[in-house]
Amino acid sequence: MPTDPLVTVRDLRVGAITDASRKVEIIRGVDFDVAPGEIVALIGESGSGKTTIALSLMGHARPGCFISGGSVRVGDFDVTGLSERARRELRGTEVSYVPQSAAAAFNPAKRIIDQVVEVTKIHRLMPRAEAEERARELFRALALPEADSIGERYPHQVSGGQLQRLAAAMALVGDPQLVIFDEPTTALDVTTQIEVLRAFRSVMEKTGMAGVYVSHDLAVVAQIADRVIVLKNGEIQEVGATEQILTAPEHPYTKELMAAFEPVPHVPVEVPHSSPKPILEVEHLSAGYGGKPGAEPTYRILKDINFKLERGRNLGVIGESGSGKSTLARAVAGILQPYEGAVQLDGEELKPDLHERRKDHLRRLQIVFQLADTALNPAVPVGTILGRPLTFYHGMKGERRERRVIELLDMVQLPGALRHRLPGELSGGQKQRVNLARALAAEPELILCDEITSALDTVVGAAILELLKDLQKDLGLSYLFISHDLSTVEAICDDVLVMLNGEVVEALPAQKMSTEATHPYSKLLISSVPKLDTAWLSGLEQDPELVARFTNR
Amino acid sequence: MLRSPTTWLLVGQRLTIAFITLLIVSFAVFFATELLPGDVAQILLGQAATPEAVAGLREAMGLDRPAFLRFLSWLGGLATGDMGRSYVNDIEIAELVSGRLVNSLRLAGIVTAICVPVSLTLGIAAAMWRGSWFDRGVSIMTISFISVPEFMVATLAVLIFAVWLDWLPALSYGVNVDSLGAMLRAYAMPVITLSFVVCAQMIRMTRAAVIETINTPYVEMALLKGASRSRMVLVHALPNALGPIANAVALSLSYLVGGVIIVETIFNYPGVAKLMVDAVSTRDLPLIQSCAMIFCVSYLTLITLADMIAILSNPRLRQ
Amino acid sequence: MTMTKQRTRSLRLPTPANLGYRFNWAGRIGLTVILFWAVIAVIGRWVAPYPVGEIVDFDYFGPVSGDYWMGTDYLGRDIFSRILMGARYTVGIALGAVTLACAGGIVLGMIAAVIGGLFDTCLSRFLDALNGIPSLLFGIVVVAAVGTSITVLILTLAVIYLPGSYRFARALAVNVNTMDFVTVARARGEKTSYLITREIFPNIVGPVFADLGLRFVFIVLVLSGLSFLGLGVQPPNADWGALVRENIEGLSLGAPAVVFPCLAIASLTISVNLFIDNLPTKIRDRSD
Repeated sequence: MPTDPLVTVRDLRVGAITDASRKVEIIRGVDFDVAPGEIVALIGESGSGKTTIALSLMGHARPGCFISGGSVRVGDFDVTGLSERARRELRGTEVSYVPQSAAAAFNPAKRIIDQVVEVTKIHRLMPRAEAEERARELFRALALPEADSIGERYPHQVSGGQLQRLAAAMALVGDPQLVIFDEPTTALDVTTQIEVLRAFRSVMEKTGMAGVYVSHDLAVVAQIADRVIVLKNGEIQEVGATEQILTAPEHPYTKELMAAFEPVPHVPVEVPHSSPKPILEVEHLSAGYGGKPGAEPTYRILKDINFKLERGRNLGVIGESGSGKSTLARAVAGILQPYEGAVQLDGEELKPDLHERRKDHLRRLQIVFQLADTALNPAVPVGTILGRPLTFYHGMKGERRERRVIELLDMVQLPGALRHRLPGELSGGQKQRVNLARALAAEPELILCDEITSALDTVVGAAILELLKDLQKDLGLSYLFISHDLSTVEAICDDVLVMLNGEVVEALPAQKMSTEATHPYSKLLISSVPKLDTAWLSGLEQDPELVARFTNR
Repeated sequence: MLRSPTTWLLVGQRLTIAFITLLIVSFAVFFATELLPGDVAQILLGQAATPEAVAGLREAMGLDRPAFLRFLSWLGGLATGDMGRSYVNDIEIAELVSGRLVNSLRLAGIVTAICVPVSLTLGIAAAMWRGSWFDRGVSIMTISFISVPEFMVATLAVLIFAVWLDWLPALSYGVNVDSLGAMLRAYAMPVITLSFVVCAQMIRMTRAAVIETINTPYVEMALLKGASRSRMVLVHALPNALGPIANAVALSLSYLVGGVIIVETIFNYPGVAKLMVDAVSTRDLPLIQSCAMIFCVSYLTLITLADMIAILSNPRLRQ
Repeated sequence: MTMTKQRTRSLRLPTPANLGYRFNWAGRIGLTVILFWAVIAVIGRWVAPYPVGEIVDFDYFGPVSGDYWMGTDYLGRDIFSRILMGARYTVGIALGAVTLACAGGIVLGMIAAVIGGLFDTCLSRFLDALNGIPSLLFGIVVVAAVGTSITVLILTLAVIYLPGSYRFARALAVNVNTMDFVTVARARGEKTSYLITREIFPNIVGPVFADLGLRFVFIVLVLSGLSFLGLGVQPPNADWGALVRENIEGLSLGAPAVVFPCLAIASLTISVNLFIDNLPTKIRDRSD
């Protein structure tokens, strides 16, 4: 590039202090440049150091971390060489920041407009009236509704997608040279994500500012970045133009990342039919929160759900946040007592109240939760966690139980020695495997999987899906698979239910989801999933009226 | 600022809860004094009294009525301002208490007026410069004061100001003050002692409340906008810490209640607490009950007030 | 994997404080002083240089000397001996009360959190109301009505501090109760007693222990306050608060007989605070 780079990072090192006061290096010598007007993506899994690097461009390190070496230059500022006081000059005017969760980053006690124009006040950039006018222009540019009055509201009075765009306005109002986007769409639903991404892209094109876009999602990055930097464990693995990374990745780690995106066609498992009845049948199921158990609840979440799940098959349930998909799993498991309808396991009626269900019924239907962090008792070693269902359901004790625990760990491809460890000492993927092994300990016939790969990195999640398939082959299990991620559901399910506002709007075979969906919401949902194609967002056409109808905005 | 109906609903709810709490508290006070083993008539007459005399006194005092009825009539009396008569000198309790109450309230008022501004300033400053030498110094001071009994603070104050420096009288006999200087001297020791005890609590809790709000993403966001440390704390953290701070202040002022009992006794200060402690030695139960209820009501009022501030300062309930 | 195995084994060892745990000097000092007073509370009677009730000096409010390490009291008794004996009352009564208060509070708190519903509402409302009575005042009222004895003191202090302990334990237990692992156990069909002892208790034991320490300090302070008002331990016995009361006349003389019992109380309460603010932390260092 002929011009001088805007950002120059050389041999950046960031250290952190662990619980035991030991120093570790979490960023180990990173070099890169950003040209004026260029958008560079930092891609990596959790713990890769992408956010840490982005924050160091502002001279900021989170508590417990510190910039230990190297240099960062932004424009005329030598960021690493400045004092904390001098860095204040740079923040908001030269470099600004769009956070992952705007909902948390907006001060709940202050009006939005005051927070958006605060940068101009801190740095005395322009008079208040001018700043507000500029903010309203940005609101319009970011396609926010009621641009003239939305600033008067408090943060809790606007939706998540809007807040995320307001956070972008807050970052742009000081007219910085460089904007840092820290996973700004990760917390959003896919249909919302599209609008926000579009708004970001158009405003960045208009203003010609440079950007650093931090994300774990290659498909999202493909829509907005010019160049991609792939990170792992605080080191750069590969740098390349977005197109090159997507089509011809060179580094093995980048290839591995790409492979996790590849759709794996699902092959149905043949299970010998011992019983002709469906393993799970749900009829007219309705449930909600509030009110007395058994009576009509104050807040109705699930409305008249009907479906059948045949033995050895997998049913996916997809929907966005608030669609009631997790509530469905809870109602089936009896954790939330439904007030209407029936649930049958293998032709036998399950009581709505958990306490009245037979132990045998409880055993045959197991539930696995999304967050292994909270699903495993942190005070108890893995062996005890796995041993309890063995004792509880099968009366196993001593040597026999110990042997079975090792077997279970082996089934989920973990070493037996792990049984002596506490959950806090395991990685995210290991925890989710233990979580699964606990369900297997009961020797169930049906497992309800509630978003079990959503909190995991792509590669780790893909491995868990493989494991689920292997277990199904060996043990003849059936899965009810709840997810917001369509590709996950496609990879493992035979049939799919699409949920919206507590109702099933469409049921169809998973393989034909993208081609045969007829309900407008299903179509919208399916078309909103980003593709690994730089032209996808530009080429995407969605009916704005439809979007407005189904996304409550 | 407009308030939504939910806000007023919450306020009403808090008031109801405070009222129920007051009922339970008065029951507990009554239960503790009248229903626990220990016969008042026997105690008043001494071990030598004949059973007939004891029975006669019981009847005269109405102690033979069912406990629940006595509780109701006592409660009814309290509600109408009739606190009954003292066993010992047969004077209306209201009369005994009224002058004393003014003294106690004056003491509490002066201490509050000193403590609230001092503690908020020091607490917020300590939170703002967290980890600095100033913060550490304040922390060590406050933890020392909350770790020791009130009478020890009083003892130290006397040793320093009265014995070694000889600035102030050790005891505040009487509150007959005819000049400003005399008044200052009369109140100085009780006020100094109480202020140290209450301030230590208040500073600690204020600091904790502010630090909790400083560790939020929106304060980090302010930092990334280039805000100075004082702007981060005063403009961003403080409005959100109002509720917790109000609670901290109310809870710390409750230490005033415990402190005042000790301080009035040690300095011979003619307040309600002194009256109550004296009543214990004469076993004047109606007087003890009344004094106890005065303390409980003031404490409850403080806590409820803090709750209200917390509710009203919550922006999520604003319309 | 061999690395992993080795580390696992070292963590499994019966750990001395320096292996797997970090314990800073402030915590160590606190613990040392606590242990010192605990030992004195047990053996004080036999190590005291003079019999506790005996008048050993003609001079009252005598100064610190080689014979009387902490001076003599208003009757000419040895203060050092009386403090050693007072430790038994102060530490013993406070320990008994805090044990009762916390055991009751924690058990009730966990049950309320797990069962919920009307039981929880009523119990919480009632105990919160009791919490609305200032602690020293509560003590005075009870002692005024029933008189004072060591049993009364222990029970009263336990009742005063049970609501606070309940509230604290319940808040923690409610948080743990919403965790998915408790839901999993419930979905498995486990009973309330299992949920409380195996799933909830292990996860609140740390903060509950710290709370117990704080409450111990409060109890020592209120007990001393009661004794200082003459409503606590009765003569001829004396806890540290009563020692201050007995010798308060010596205050204007700056007598050591007032200062040392105060210092004894402060050393105990400050040490407990130091210790719980600096509890040994388990080293969880995951570089992988």
